[in-house]
Amino acid sequence: MALRALVGVKRVIDYAVKIRVKPDKTGVVTDGVKHSMNPFCEIAVEEAVRLKEKKIVSEIIVVSCGPQQCQETIRTALAMGADRGIHVDVSGKDYESLGPFQVSKILAALAKKENVNLVLLGKQAIDDDCNQTGQMTAAVLDWPQGTFASEVKVEGEKLKVVREIDGGLETISIKLPAVVTADLRLNEPRYATLPNIMKAKKKKIETVKPEDLGITLTSRVQILSVEEPPQRQAGLKVETTEDLVTKLKEVGRI
Amino acid sequence: MLRIVSARSLSRGATSLLQRFQSTLVIAEHDNEKLIPITLNAISAAKRLGGEVSCLVAGTNCSKVAGELSKVQGVAKIFVAQHEAYKGFLPEELTPLILATQKQFNFTHICAGASAFGKGLLPRVAAKLDVAPVSDIIEIKSSDTFVRTIYAGNALCTVKCDEPVKVFSVRGTSFEAAPVSGGNASSQEAPPPSPAGLSEWVEQNLTKSDRPELTSAKVVVSGGRGLKSGENFKLLYDLADLLNAAVGASRAAVDAGFVPNDMQIGQTGKIVAPELYIAVGISGAIQHLAGMKDSKTIVAINKDPEAPIFQVADFGLVADLFKAIPEMVDILKKK
Ligand SMILES: Cc1cc2nc3c(=O)[nH]c(=O)nc-3n(C[C@H](O)[C@H](O)[C@H](O)COP(=O)(O)OP(=O)(O)OC[C@H]3O[C@@H](n4cnc5c(N)ncnc54)[C@H](O)[C@@H]3O)c2cc1C
Repeated sequence: MALRALVGVKRVIDYAVKIRVKPDKTGVVTDGVKHSMNPFCEIAVEEAVRLKEKKIVSEIIVVSCGPQQCQETIRTALAMGADRGIHVDVSGKDYESLGPFQVSKILAALAKKENVNLVLLGKQAIDDDCNQTGQMTAAVLDWPQGTFASEVKVEGEKLKVVREIDGGLETISIKLPAVVTADLRLNEPRYATLPNIMKAKKKKIETVKPEDLGITLTSRVQILSVEEPPQRQAGLKVETTEDLVTKLKEVGRI
Repeated sequence: MLRIVSARSLSRGATSLLQRFQSTLVIAEHDNEKLIPITLNAISAAKRLGGEVSCLVAGTNCSKVAGELSKVQGVAKIFVAQHEAYKGFLPEELTPLILATQKQFNFTHICAGASAFGKGLLPRVAAKLDVAPVSDIIEIKSSDTFVRTIYAGNALCTVKCDEPVKVFSVRGTSFEAAPVSGGNASSQEAPPPSPAGLSEWVEQNLTKSDRPELTSAKVVVSGGRGLKSGENFKLLYDLADLLNAAVGASRAAVDAGFVPNDMQIGQTGKIVAPELYIAVGISGAIQHLAGMKDSKTIVAINKDPEAPIFQVADFGLVADLFKAIPEMVDILKKK
């Protein structure tokens, strides 16, 4: 059976940026800061593209929820090999309170509307560090979930998923349709080549509003403050291994 | 709710007015043999909320774990769900059980440790309850206000959750483990299972080790790309054995195949906060620091004096690890 895949991608502050907390404690500075696709989402896109190259997936739809700039993130996924994009336009106050709760409802609605049988997401976004959206999307759809996947194989009407768990690895078999969230070891995402970037410009991105999908964005979770974590005291350089051991004994650590 | 308002709680006065309506369900993590330690940290967090704390033990074999839990201080009730359906602790099977338990007892809070188990399960439960969950909390300010980190631990975010049921996971290293004796919980059967049959557990490939468990070890020795090969990690195992330490790794070391994934420390691996963390051949990238910067004492051994790890290290040694580690082993052996 050919699969139709929906891949969620999030635009976040680039992983290499040292973030700054706003002085008024309402959030972190995002204006003029480099943004890119969440690294875990790149892995999800790459996996979908590989499944398409193996002719297991017939169409890849990428979706991103947020302001206008999300279209760049969708373009990146299209340049990596996705077929078409959907931008779910959320801005202003709604965007500030947009979290896994809302995104999972949007993704579930799109999964049904687009008649997909595989939803691929990253295991977490490196900004909110929630690690929730995939699990919640699976719940809304009543589909099984293969979270923290480091290997995905299609076996007939099922997916065999190797998961990264605390003690090592675990293999599960889940029925399709299903939701899978990618861990770092699932694959190494490709770079989009210039010809592919050019081709991606011709691919379609449809813009929809949450209301179009029958979703009203409400939030019962409110951010009261965002603050700097306590800073560590500057340390001491020791000259020799002997000194190091002596110091650790002095402070009672060994 | 009236059911909970006993004469005793009424006489406790105004301060407990709120508390008597609180009741927390902790989802116990275990392997059918013993409790996984992070559950004890989650119980401490639950106790912080003030109300009654119950635990749910689901699995194919629960009697030992339920026995262990009944003695944990602060646990009032244990719900036991023993059935083949819970093989592999699949979220598709555990979620209906938790929903049925919730329907019967109306908890105000549902939580678990923020381990792979808790992270996989709780958001599914929350979505079914139509509430937004809160991940990996490090502090409880009140029954509805929690603190968590965002951006790889580089900002602290205080959130107020007005959901009818608060579903949250607990960072193990931020709460003490509840004492494993002194408790006397009552035990009862949980609602019967309604197998979903969407998923099946196939097998596990666990990393075996005699060393202490990484997330609860007092001392952690970690290696990065600087180790250059899996064989060279033996240097760190020798040092770890002398210090009774667990061994961790950076992502670079895991990706290069030096060590298995479950040893990765960081934003997307494990969070540790030991008394002593020794980083060897690790540069100290943002994502690695996220997993260890709450350690009490940090030592860095790195040949690059500019490595960012030195900015958080209490003691830094600029040296070649292939020289420094064997030296350290020799010194420790002598003493
Ligand atoms: C989405 C995402 C998630 C990530 N999650 C994590 C995570 O959870 N955990 C994590 O660790 N990383 C994570 N990373 C990766 C992180 O950004 C760094 O790439 C990684 O931590 C680097 O590992 P390292 O310090 O071992 O390697 P390097 O940065 O290459 O550092 C190696 C260090 O070894 C030193 N060295 C080399 N040889 C010697 C020697 N002979 N003696 C002494 N010192 C020597 C070098 O000076 C250098 O400082 C993540 C990255 C991304 C994008």
